[in-house]
This record gives sequence, structure tokens and C-alpha cells, in this order.
Amino acid sequence: MTGKIRVYVPRETAAVSLGADEVAEKIAALKNVELIRNGSWGASWLEPLVEVVVDGKRIAYGPVQPDDVEELVTADFLSGGEHALRLGPINEIPYLIKQERWTFFRVGLIEALSIDDYSAHGGFKGLTKAFEIGPSGVLEELQASGLRGRGGAAFPTAIKWQTVADADGEQKYIACNADEGDSGTFSDRMLMEGDPLTLIEGMLIAGFAVGANKGYIYLRSEYPLTKSIFAQALQIARDSGWLGDNIKDSGFDFDIELHIGAGSYVCGEETAMLESLEGKAGLVRFKPPLPALEGLFGKPTVVNNVVTLASVPNILSLGGERYAGFGSGRSKGTLAFQLAGNVKRGGLVEKAFGLTLRELIEDFGGGSASGRKIRAVQVGGPLGAYIPEQHFDTPLDYEAFADVGGMLGHGGIVVFDDTVDMAAQARFAMEFCSIESCGKCTPCRIGSVRGVEVIDKILADDNREANLELLDDLCDTMIDGSLCAMGGMTPFPVQSAIRHFPEDFTPAAGDGK
Amino acid sequence: MTTRYDESIASEIISSFDARPELLVQILHAFNARYSYIGDKAIRQIADELNLSRADVHGVVSYYEDFHSTPRGKRVLRICQAESCQAMGSRALTAHAEQALGIRMGETTSDGETTLEAVYCLGNCACSPAVLIDDKVHGRVSSEKLDDLLNDSGAAR
Repeated sequence: MTGKIRVYVPRETAAVSLGADEVAEKIAALKNVELIRNGSWGASWLEPLVEVVVDGKRIAYGPVQPDDVEELVTADFLSGGEHALRLGPINEIPYLIKQERWTFFRVGLIEALSIDDYSAHGGFKGLTKAFEIGPSGVLEELQASGLRGRGGAAFPTAIKWQTVADADGEQKYIACNADEGDSGTFSDRMLMEGDPLTLIEGMLIAGFAVGANKGYIYLRSEYPLTKSIFAQALQIARDSGWLGDNIKDSGFDFDIELHIGAGSYVCGEETAMLESLEGKAGLVRFKPPLPALEGLFGKPTVVNNVVTLASVPNILSLGGERYAGFGSGRSKGTLAFQLAGNVKRGGLVEKAFGLTLRELIEDFGGGSASGRKIRAVQVGGPLGAYIPEQHFDTPLDYEAFADVGGMLGHGGIVVFDDTVDMAAQARFAMEFCSIESCGKCTPCRIGSVRGVEVIDKILADDNREANLELLDDLCDTMIDGSLCAMGGMTPFPVQSAIRHFPEDFTPAAGDGK
Repeated sequence: MTTRYDESIASEIISSFDARPELLVQILHAFNARYSYIGDKAIRQIADELNLSRADVHGVVSYYEDFHSTPRGKRVLRICQAESCQAMGSRALTAHAEQALGIRMGETTSDGETTLEAVYCLGNCACSPAVLIDDKVHGRVSSEKLDDLLNDSGAAR
């Protein structure tokens, strides 16, 4: 140790988008300071959140603007001095201590790009355990954990891995879906920026369990900082022998290639992503064959979301049973909820399944950012339903949400206040589908265009009743006839908006708002 | 940004990806970064060196939002149009940007300085509305903040 004062400033998109780099630069210029770039703890509303280590405690200040640094120096923040921005010890902030951090427990805590810090906080324990218990042992732990895919579809991960493990063929792949395109979601990004080595470890375990020696990560291009951090993490892992041939003398070879998407939303659908990874246009494939049997380049492939893979190292090191001890019903474990939109305290909240939507948006979120009444909440991304207030007490688990016509998906929560025009939101859902449809199937490609037209007619009071009925028919056709979730679920936000907020679809709507 | 097309440099870019056809999307990103667009010459050369048809390459270029067949402005401003940012006023912010720059979404100012584009989610949804200027994300962008950002990044070049 150098005897210098350690100061943490996140290098994470939300923090950086609010000035963290400029803050870091100013702090680095101070005397006797060792600047550490961590990830974000997830309290995005407090970013840029600066922490100073004083007597072994991390004292937080936030949100710190570049112009605040001078004043903080005057207040002697390097010794934990009083200031209006002082939040106290980081491990006493209610927003953070009320969480149940399993997958994100190192995010914010460690220097994101330090193998030493990672290892000192339990890093690589999961992989080491995997080497001890062997591939079948890994699959058993995973089965016991009850982990389901966190990308949105919630398919049991153990079954997927077992299918790939059992598939014939020498060459198998792990493909990590980091094409986090849903509005209101950023947990993949925060994990890859704040604790990238966890994802690498999760992919290593997956490769070891199913017999794959190559992994791909498909990261969206809209995340330039994530790309830069993650590419560095891959290099660090390679340089220290955690990627490559004969990893740590285990006899296991594995490497990872980072691919960058190119602005296509539908490439977040697993088969479109595989096409894109093969260098092609992202057209959705027919299923079957399942990617687990004929995936990337026609080989058996595990396709998992970032958070799914990143949850695995701890499942191995702490045990699948323990993970299954969290959650409710068939939704085992934790979900990294993301609070976004018109919410006062936006950010990432990792909790066991089962808390209610209201607890999340009120207790954690603190209500709307505008201070107005919350009117609707879209859960699960652009293909998720709009939830009205009467359903805010629904527990957040996959099945309970499906019961009220919703979808938990990737855990993205977008809050709207009472100024929202739900007809505009319904129209946007169809419009977004028409923009992003890959074009392969008719219900999605044509249906979305017709959907926009019919909604426009309804709003213009042109044959209103008949067109509402037609829209309902069209939605059914899209749900039943589309090849993937893009066309198949676009009707959910549309129909939920009409069902719960019919007053916005009358000709008078828009006047009195 | 408007770099002259040079066949030997283009060839170097392609070989830096070992001329693997499955890396076509990644190769196109490299071309896009250098030239801001993928022109006919580039499509022809990429197709030749990867042993693909020009139609294959054209199909991929035209499919993806990130790839362009005509040059873009020196600076690209992308405003998020997705739900979280809508909930925090991105529609009004977009209207402000269109008025301030005198162009519509998808257009470039006549001096070739700025291209304005839509983007659907930057993953900065807890700090909406968000914009991307070149490769830097900005959060909680009000109309005033956008004016400042445009002035700053304009003055910086």
C-alpha cells in the first residue's frame, strides 16, 4: 500500500454520462490520492457517487458534479469531512442495504478491471469448484438452483445446458446475449462494466459443463463504454491465464470473442443474434431446430443472457440450494430489477423475486421524478404490458405477473406519470415493431404497419368501434402467427393500453391533457 | 471524418480480421468508423476479399441501422426515442434539437457538421432522457443542456 488516500469514482455509463470522468480527473490531480475506477453500486440517482476510504470505511458523496470537487476539498472530504453531498458510509445507504445482492455483489465494490480485487472478493471460486466437481456436478448444482434465463424468456438454464452437453458433436459453443435492447434495462451493461470478470467466469463454467471451448459475446453497439471496458477485461483474463489453452493447468481450453452488434433490436432474439454472429443480416430463424442442437454455425450452442451466466459462479461457490432459497414459487433466486423512466430514484435493485411492484417503485424508487401521480408502468421492455395502478400490488415473479397479463422479462421497469398519453404509447409500440421487424414473417412485418394505421384511424374517430375490433383481430394474428417475440409480443403493450386506459383512445383524448 | 477511400488501407482492415466472412459485421464497423459510411467501392472490395457476393455484403449493410451508404456529418447526435426517455420528455427534446439544428431526424446539416439520428435505448434509462454524441453518452439532457453540449462539442473540433 502506498499510504495514499483511496478514492473510488465509477467508470460506468450512467455515472460517466453525468460527469464522472471529469470528476475523476479533478480528484486524480489532488495530492496523495489513489484513484480507483469501480462500477456503479446501482444507485444511479446518486451518480456520480464518489467514495473516500477513511479508517477502512468507504464514505460516499453524491451526486458530485465536476464543479463540486473544489468545495469538497475545502470541506476536507478526503478525511470524510461534512458537506451537503456527504451520504455517509456506503454500506449504510438504505437503497443498497435493502437489496439482496447475489449476482451483483461485487459491482461497485471492486475495481472493475483488477484480477487481484476480483480474486480477493471470491472471484474464480465458482470455476475452481467446477473443476473439482466436474461437468455433471455443475449441471446438478445448476438444477438445484432453479435458475431460469434472465434475458426474459425464463427458460430453465440447467435443461438448456444439459441439452447441449448431451448433444452429439465435437464442436460446441457458448453464445452470450449482451444485446440489451429493451428500454428500461441496463443490468447487463452494469455487470459488464462493473464486474466483467464474473461474466467471463460464468462463460468458462458453461463451456466446461457442456464441453465447449469457444465463447462469443454479442454486445450492442449502443454501449461504447461497455465495449471498451469489456475488451480490456478479456485481455486481462487472457494475460493472467484465465482464458486460453489449459486454463490454470486444468486441461480445459476456452477463449471468448467479443462481437459488436449494429443497431438492430431484433438481434436480441437468440436466433437473429446467431445469424448476426455469423456475419449475416439478423433474420430470425425457424425453430426447431433449437440452438441447443443446431445453433451457431450449425453446432450445439448454449445461448444465455449476461445476467444468467453471471449468476452461475456464485451458484457454484455458495451452492444451488442456497440460491433456490431466495424467491417465490417457481421464480427462484434474485432478479436485478432496473428502475427507469419517470422515477425519482432510478437504478438497479437486485432482490429476491416476490416483492411487489409498488414496493419497488415507491420504497426504492421514491415515486415519480416529476412529483406527479404515477399512471402506468411498463414492465419487461417494449414488448411488455403497461400496468395500471390497480395491479401495482402484484408480486414480481414470472407466474404472478403472467396472471395479470404482464411479463416480467428482463426486469426493466419504466415509470410514467399522469401526463402520459397511452394512445401515443400504443401507437409507438406498433411503430417500433415496424421499424425493427426483421421482415421474415408477415404478421410482424405487415401487421405492425397496419397496426399504426388502424390506431391512427381510431384516434381520428374514423369508424372507431369497427377499427377497435379490427385492431384486436390484428393483435391476435400477430400473437399467433409471428415467428418470434418481436411480432408475437408487440400486441401486449397495445392491448394493455387499450384495456386499462380506454379513455385515452377516445376522440376527446389529447384535448384535456 | 471524410477520409479518402484507399484500397490498400481497406485491404489492411480486412486482413486484420483474417478475412473471415463471419466477421463481416465487425469489418463493416471498422469501415464505418474510418469512412463514416460504406460506399460501393468498399462493398466491392469487401465482397472480393471475403469471397462473398456483392449482394451478400449489400444485404448486410442495408439491414443494419449502424451502417450507412452515404457519408454522415462530422458529428453524430443520436437522441434516444425509446419508452424510458419518452417518459422523461425525449419527444420535446427531439423537437428542440430539430429546431436548433434546422434539420429533421435522419438528416445532416447543410454544412456537413452534424447528423441527427434516432437511437432506441442507450441503457442509461435511470438517467433519462439520454443522448449519444459520437461515442459519448449524456444523461438527464434538458434542452438547455443539449444546447451546451452542441456548443461544446462544436467548439472542440
